[in-house]
Amino acid sequence: MPARILGCVKLYEYQAKEVFASYGLPVPKGEAASTPQQVEEAARRIGGRVVIKAQVHVGGRGKAGGIKLADSPEHARDVAQQMLGSTLKGFVVKYVLVEQALPIDKEYYLSFTLDRDSQNIIGICSAMGGVDIEEVAASHPDKIVRMPVDIAFGPLDFQLREFIGRAGLDGSKSREISAVVKKLYDVYVSTDASLAEINPLVVTADGRVIVADAKFDIDDNALFRQKKLEVYKDASEEDELEAEAHRRGLTYVHLGGSVGIIGNGAGLVMNTLDIVNQAGGKPANFLDIGGGARAEVVRNALDMVLLDKEVKAILINIFGGITRGDEVARGVLEATATLDVRVPIVVRMAGTEAEAGLKLLEGTKLLPAATAVDGARKAVELARSAA
Amino acid sequence: MAILVDSGTKVLVQGITGREGAFHAGQMRAYGTKVVAGVTPGKGGGEHDGVPLFDSVAEAVARTGANASAIFVPPPFAADAILESVAAGVPLVACITEGIPILDMVRVARYMKGSGTRLIGPNCPGITTAGQCKIGIMPNMLFSTGNVGLISRSGTLTYEVVDALTRAGLGQTTCIGIGGDPIIGTKHIDALQLFAKDPDTKVTVMIGEIGGSDEEAAAEFLQGSGMKVVGFISGRNAPPGKRMGHAGAIISGSSGTAAGKIAALEKAGVPVAGTLEDIVPLVRRQLAS
Repeated sequence: MPARILGCVKLYEYQAKEVFASYGLPVPKGEAASTPQQVEEAARRIGGRVVIKAQVHVGGRGKAGGIKLADSPEHARDVAQQMLGSTLKGFVVKYVLVEQALPIDKEYYLSFTLDRDSQNIIGICSAMGGVDIEEVAASHPDKIVRMPVDIAFGPLDFQLREFIGRAGLDGSKSREISAVVKKLYDVYVSTDASLAEINPLVVTADGRVIVADAKFDIDDNALFRQKKLEVYKDASEEDELEAEAHRRGLTYVHLGGSVGIIGNGAGLVMNTLDIVNQAGGKPANFLDIGGGARAEVVRNALDMVLLDKEVKAILINIFGGITRGDEVARGVLEATATLDVRVPIVVRMAGTEAEAGLKLLEGTKLLPAATAVDGARKAVELARSAA
Repeated sequence: MAILVDSGTKVLVQGITGREGAFHAGQMRAYGTKVVAGVTPGKGGGEHDGVPLFDSVAEAVARTGANASAIFVPPPFAADAILESVAAGVPLVACITEGIPILDMVRVARYMKGSGTRLIGPNCPGITTAGQCKIGIMPNMLFSTGNVGLISRSGTLTYEVVDALTRAGLGQTTCIGIGGDPIIGTKHIDALQLFAKDPDTKVTVMIGEIGGSDEEAAAEFLQGSGMKVVGFISGRNAPPGKRMGHAGAIISGSSGTAAGKIAALEKAGVPVAGTLEDIVPLVRRQLAS
């Protein structure tokens, strides 16, 4: 399904619409705002009935109270007063989008994303828009239409006709809808997107075709050639700790448990999370220091994990391949000598120079573990007794 | 026997004069790999540690008979490096580079359709046939010769498992790190099909992770195949929507979960290890069965 496949840079709806509009996609008249005053002014400039939409990266905003109508600028101000600063599905609303309200006749779904299996870009559309597409896929799989696109050619005209026809979209609007599909594909390819989604694509009562909501993720591996989109990177961080980690250049995911995890290699760290869970603990984070980590990286990683106040114990899991165990041990020792380490640290080390590394840790406060499973048990126990 | 690479494989290294390329070309040679050429545009005619340098892959192939390429080129240029080898007709390309834009890989996959080249990776540790040939960055000292094959999406877990196998006296035929990206040249199923035809490989260990449906496809292939396989899936506790280091390791909606992959493998009769430590006993059991 249209998954947020890579999605390190997730754009907010208002940012997505800015980019979409620059590619000629029809978006409603609207403005982003962060204070009730700004909302009132925006509503006045837009004129008429407006919709106020909370800018957070979660689905189902409408049901959660994140999308509201307002009949006047004053009303818009009142609505914004309530919405700004409130928490929606765990996310604080810092921005709202004020938009012209649309007289909706029909709601469709449209997206481009990557299909891993066919290694192609795939277009997806449905006449059942405006709702969670995963739910549509589960309840009405026949209502989801797919169009594999050959990147050498882009979507072909006959494919577009078939795509729109099979989905059962309004035939009298097929020219306008076709244009939207083509432009969305252009956005997808030109911006190195991993997901470009319109849900819903609206046909208004007066016959206009408009992008009512947009979801847009950029492949962060391509940011080196998408300088214009780099500005959206910082704003895409919802989690304070993750934002800090990315500023430090660390591969970190905040998970909310009490056992801090540091390891080398994505697969190994993922596996470390698994064994901590199997030992009955809750990992606080995913942190991969990568290959050939030097003392400075280890120090940075430890410091990062310690920023998380929920962390009660830390498990360092290293398999030395190219990375040498003795070097990592030196890095850990240097780090603990200079940092205020308030929790116990368990170190499991195997592979290249692991014995030498473990020898260096003897007689220090660091607790060695023979295996990853053993280390996980120790760390979980320590976290539990500290809680 | 083993698969894809052996003592006769002649390797060219794209990006041999870069930091990573230079170091690992040296390590590959130390392992006994025949590194016959290096390609760095603009440095043709020179040499690097005794390895002749060429401006293009085509020239390197014509002059040295190289039949495999290892790519250590930075991400913005890596897709082009792959395509250059494909165009030059190199039969095997292992791309080590991590961080290639996904649309570049869509273009690579498109360009490679119908070509005779097999791509391993990108974002992978490469391929090693124990005692014969290493292409990539796997640590030299882990391997021992034997009859276990290994396929893995993760580099470090490959090393962990090879190390454990070697310590347990279970040597290897070939180990392939297929890579952690959403689009890779050789998937689990492709590698399994190769091992299925290799008389020397008695048991294959398959290390998967969350994201995508390659493990499920592999399970379907294994159903009734008669192959002896031991599975392992990492990321059982990864939350949906969070990318776990690898670009490809992300659960989207209800697909790509560890539970789904484990269930698919078990349904196909493949024993799945609960922890890495369980892999060696399961390999022993499969060898004895």
